[in-house]
Amino acid sequence: MTISPDAFTFVRELVRAESAIVLEPGKEYLVESRLVPLARTAGHPDVDAFVRELSTRRNPATLRLVVEALTTNETSWFRDSDPFTALRQSIFPTLAKTRPHRQIRVWAAACSSGQEPYSILMTAQDTPELAGWKVDMLATDLSQEMLDRARSGQYSQLEVNRGLPATTLVRHFERSGLGWRISPALSSQVQFRQLNLMRPFPPMGTFDVVFLRNVLIYFDLATKRDILRRVRQVMAPDGHLFLGAAEMTMGVDDAWERVPAGRSSVYRIREEHRSCVS
Amino acid sequence: MRVLIVDDSRAMRRIIGRILSDAGFEVLEAGDGQEAIDVLEAQVELPTLACVDWNMPVMDGLAFVTEVRRRPEWRVITLMMVTTESESDRIVRALAAGAHEYLIKPFTADAMLEKLDLLGLLPMPVGDPS
Repeated sequence: MTISPDAFTFVRELVRAESAIVLEPGKEYLVESRLVPLARTAGHPDVDAFVRELSTRRNPATLRLVVEALTTNETSWFRDSDPFTALRQSIFPTLAKTRPHRQIRVWAAACSSGQEPYSILMTAQDTPELAGWKVDMLATDLSQEMLDRARSGQYSQLEVNRGLPATTLVRHFERSGLGWRISPALSSQVQFRQLNLMRPFPPMGTFDVVFLRNVLIYFDLATKRDILRRVRQVMAPDGHLFLGAAEMTMGVDDAWERVPAGRSSVYRIREEHRSCVS
Repeated sequence: MRVLIVDDSRAMRRIIGRILSDAGFEVLEAGDGQEAIDVLEAQVELPTLACVDWNMPVMDGLAFVTEVRRRPEWRVITLMMVTTESESDRIVRALAAGAHEYLIKPFTADAMLEKLDLLGLLPMPVGDPS
């Protein structure tokens, strides 16, 4: 699923006129991934249909949203920092006491270009309680282009500038051409797989930690409820779910409860709902 | 809070200066390492942060960082290299000399603010754009 050349050209000219940022050919994946949420919110089946209407009607507010979506910079490493601090300081150490097989399973459910699953693995390596443990990471995304990028582990200089401490950069990356590549020791721990959250999940076992951040905001209430219910079914009874800062389960799926975790919050399945977990 | 920007490019000092003054910093400038030392010696109130280019005439950034770390009274200054030097061994050398962070040019304003956040030098965490 790639944006059509016409739609890409329209967006490219728009962004260049409004922001002086040039989207080079090859950035189709970026345009697609940034505009999918806007297209979905506006009720269009795909980005092409959304851009077609935009180019005809030229609604100023929507044009501005498109420019903003494209000019916001690449995803950060350790985005929002607090969830990663919570993992290192409390969640991973707690799991380390309760998992006799010295193995933790983590699912990054909308991994985009890979910064999130790699950041989780780097955090696990910085957690002394997990020294010698196996961290089994499943990273999924709707976009095959994004998955390919994430799997390559290849990042530009601009991308590694975003939120990555210099000590972490030199420890977990190696130079590769003009950019950097994540170390094989880290990338070999991740299994990447395409997954549409709106469809039934394939068999994938249960997870101790699930990252589902800044995804639910793009879905309607019924879909959010359905996704959260299905996430419960793949979650260990004492597992931990991270949502985006602007997202919550309250009023959507009340089988979850919000629990403070450092400066962040995490969602856990309420005791009375744990028995129904398969 | 005050920041000392050490860079031989006036344009680069202006760009960094604008980002940091928008973030609430009072900006001091120097065109090379030696000038930066002169600026520091003249201050009653030391800057909290110094953003330091690597390649400069007279005294380069690495020598400046080494000199700042040599003086106990300047230990309070947080040092961030801001440079086009992007090889791993350069980064390792700068950190070993006492730099706390390392930002590679070119960079965006967000990237610089996120580095300050890592260093605990932003009053508010960097916002989530979504």
